[in-house]
Amino acid sequence: MTKYHVNTSINGEPTEFLCEPQETLLDVLRDTLGLTGSKEGCASGDCGACSVIIDGRLVCSCLVLGVEAEGHEIGTIEGLAQGAHLHPLQQKFLEEAALQCGICTPGFLVAAKALLDANPNPTETETRYWLAGNLCRCTGYDKIIRAVMDVAAEMRGA
Amino acid sequence: MASEAKEFKWVGKRTIRPDGIGKVTGRDRFGADFALPGMLVGKVVRSPHAHARIKSINVDKALALPGVKAVVTAADFPVLPSEAQFVGEGPVNMWDLSRNCLARDKVLYDGHAVAAVAAVSSDLADQAVALIEVSYEVLPHVIDVDEAMRPDAPILHEDMFTDGVNPKPTKPSNVAKRVEFIKGKVEDGFEKADVIVERSFTTKPVHQGYIEPHACVVNCGEDGQATVWSSSQGQFMVRAYCAKILGWDISEIRVTPSEIGGGFGGKTLVYLEPVALALSKKSGRPVKMVMTRAEVFRGSGPTSGASMTIKIGATKDGRITAGQALLKYQAGAFGGSPIGPGCMCSFAPYDLENVEVIGYDVVVNRPRVAAYRAPGAPIAHFGVESVVDEIAKKLNIDPIEIRERNAAREGTQTHFGPRFPIIGFVETLKAAKRHPHWKAPLGENQGRGFATGFWFNIGGESSATVNINEDGTAVVATGNPDIGGSRASMAIMAAEVLGIDVDRVRPIVADTSSVGYCFLTGGSRVTFATGMAVVEAGRKTVKELCNRAAKIWEVEPDQVVWEDGFARPASSNVGDFEPLSLAAIAAKSARTGGPIGASTSLNAQGAGAGFAAHICDLEVDKETGKVTVLRYTAVQDVGRAIHPGYVEGQIQGGAAQGIGWALNEEYIYDDKGRLQNPGFLDYRVPVASDLPMIDTVIVEVPNPRHPYGVRGVGEVPICPPMAAVANAIENATGCRMTALPMSPPVLLAAIDGEG
Repeated sequence: MTKYHVNTSINGEPTEFLCEPQETLLDVLRDTLGLTGSKEGCASGDCGACSVIIDGRLVCSCLVLGVEAEGHEIGTIEGLAQGAHLHPLQQKFLEEAALQCGICTPGFLVAAKALLDANPNPTETETRYWLAGNLCRCTGYDKIIRAVMDVAAEMRGA
Repeated sequence: MASEAKEFKWVGKRTIRPDGIGKVTGRDRFGADFALPGMLVGKVVRSPHAHARIKSINVDKALALPGVKAVVTAADFPVLPSEAQFVGEGPVNMWDLSRNCLARDKVLYDGHAVAAVAAVSSDLADQAVALIEVSYEVLPHVIDVDEAMRPDAPILHEDMFTDGVNPKPTKPSNVAKRVEFIKGKVEDGFEKADVIVERSFTTKPVHQGYIEPHACVVNCGEDGQATVWSSSQGQFMVRAYCAKILGWDISEIRVTPSEIGGGFGGKTLVYLEPVALALSKKSGRPVKMVMTRAEVFRGSGPTSGASMTIKIGATKDGRITAGQALLKYQAGAFGGSPIGPGCMCSFAPYDLENVEVIGYDVVVNRPRVAAYRAPGAPIAHFGVESVVDEIAKKLNIDPIEIRERNAAREGTQTHFGPRFPIIGFVETLKAAKRHPHWKAPLGENQGRGFATGFWFNIGGESSATVNINEDGTAVVATGNPDIGGSRASMAIMAAEVLGIDVDRVRPIVADTSSVGYCFLTGGSRVTFATGMAVVEAGRKTVKELCNRAAKIWEVEPDQVVWEDGFARPASSNVGDFEPLSLAAIAAKSARTGGPIGASTSLNAQGAGAGFAAHICDLEVDKETGKVTVLRYTAVQDVGRAIHPGYVEGQIQGGAAQGIGWALNEEYIYDDKGRLQNPGFLDYRVPVASDLPMIDTVIVEVPNPRHPYGVRGVGEVPICPPMAAVANAIENATGCRMTALPMSPPVLLAAIDGEG
């Protein structure tokens, strides 16, 4: 099958790759570019474990084709920390035990960052509905929601 | 309660988990994140039928496709005798497990694996799967447990003659096993009762629903050695099952556990690994296999659905005089439902004179069940705790009060035999009663429900190695996959024993060739049993550190004591020595006898039982039947919380899964026995907007059999929620719901009087 040449930007780095037309962006990230922080839980957009940010918009990378990345800015979990400096969300998830097995964690962190970018002062209900596209089977969401709201409060105070 | 933790330096502290950075940066490698050079992609051909005889399998066209490197069917595996293995959570018959990995002669459920291919790309593997021609003779099927027990039901296994019935039947049936647990005489008990309630209940199979699908990468070398990287609840379990199914020696297989993206009991079996090993051996290449989400639903898990009848009698003052249960659990395609534990847990919270519990393990044309968090217990508790609630209401006694009057305590003889040692059920009930939630006001269309739960928790075989590095840091190696923060608790316990900073302890989960045998991560056993091994290895290490200090000081070893990370003279008579830090002793280890460290292997006994009590507030929309959980409080005796944050997390997660089980989750089949909802859109697990915060109350009645008092934590919190929700719905609407899930259409029908 003919492969397409795609030029894009991932976590601020100019990136080019070849992909087949049916490959999803998630396939490309994981299998071609070795960015395995985005996870595949369902491949149908139901679990959010593959969440990425494209041009500022939160999407499931399993629902985007690799070829559609052409010319866009993509943010993945691998770009959340600045070098060795964790993002406040990452730090708070650790401090508040907001993860157990950790498979959904990258998706939640990416989704939570998109939430705080869009709404620095979310209510608990807004936080719960924003993160309703991310499934977690371990935590019951309690500590995740608290961690996100605590970070929001800290970032507003900063 | 929590103040007891003050005697400890690290136990009870909310430390940062040692593996945390890899989890929040996405760098940790889970099952599907591994890759090897030259790796092939393996995929499975699955049955589209619920029940069919396999007439033939033609793989020629698939093998002829360029890029396809191997195809395997059951014919590539040895025929195993019917014998039980005890390396997973509960005994597993190897005849069954082998046939569950790849069907032989018959397919027994929609999604049953029939053949597998390995090809150079995912695309080619898909094409090869489509080219495999399986000819089936479709047979009548049976999905429902009550229907499967009828004499005229389609029979799954012609050689299944019910165990536990005397004399053994001569006619095959779908009843794999009958069990009974009897204490006293229920007839006498019911005679003494002033009130008797008898109700029948049904529950649907529910999937563990881990977000990470099963995945593995395997590599068979030319030297006959095979390496497996896989996501499972036990690398030693994977090794044992693979060796058995393939007919290989255990020493030929080395299993490295990846990070595991949830299991809840569902990853205590093998599905892909033996198949991938056979493909790798045939092709001479590494093979990677990853299930799709639909394959996870169709081919792995779930836990049993059930049909049951519960009858309880009590006197006017709320004393239960008899408890009777008839439990029928679906096992899926092969015998082995958690009927035994279900029967034992049913009335375990209560001190009863007369109990009769009879259970049936019944095969149906559904996937073979796998363990799911307190296997069997939540089903029985749904029935029993619903009926106890009804009795309390009839007698006008507070639901917590009636349980206090009947509560099991130290010395209570259970209906399954043993007497309880020190347990914390009464303390748990008292804590629930004291909680402000219990007396908080409720609004219109709102209700409050209460229910309890019991789980044994287990110990078992565990190994740990503690090595002191030359700079005074330590490595703690154990063999249990860390499914929810257990590295943190291992580090805390090791730091506590060694008396060093927790950040100077590096816990690792080692492969099967690098650490002693560990029974799998299950049964809420890791912090208890593997923790005990860590503490013992730590104590041996401390003893050696004291020996080395004695050498340095030229005194006898018993003249040295270990305090807070320092060797000190046992008394002023020993001499005037400056205390030696662990790091100082480690720095001199080469001159005092070589590297310092110790290993322990043990079989931990004395796991402390866990009891939970949950309070649920909810609101019912009487127009739609939708239930909104408004407030939830989970109280649990945990013995001792080593890391309270992850203990709370287990309790919250268990409660959330139970709420999903109560309200939404179910397997839906069409009339041909095909699963209709194998995806997260239609199999609806709770999402963040479905739930409130889940308050937890940690009760600590220490388990005297663990050095720090640990009881298992992870399983019992899934036991109470279904009845807590059902009792709250009854409180809100007056409708006693007896079938799970209590989804909007079902509840609406009940409210409208059609249920």
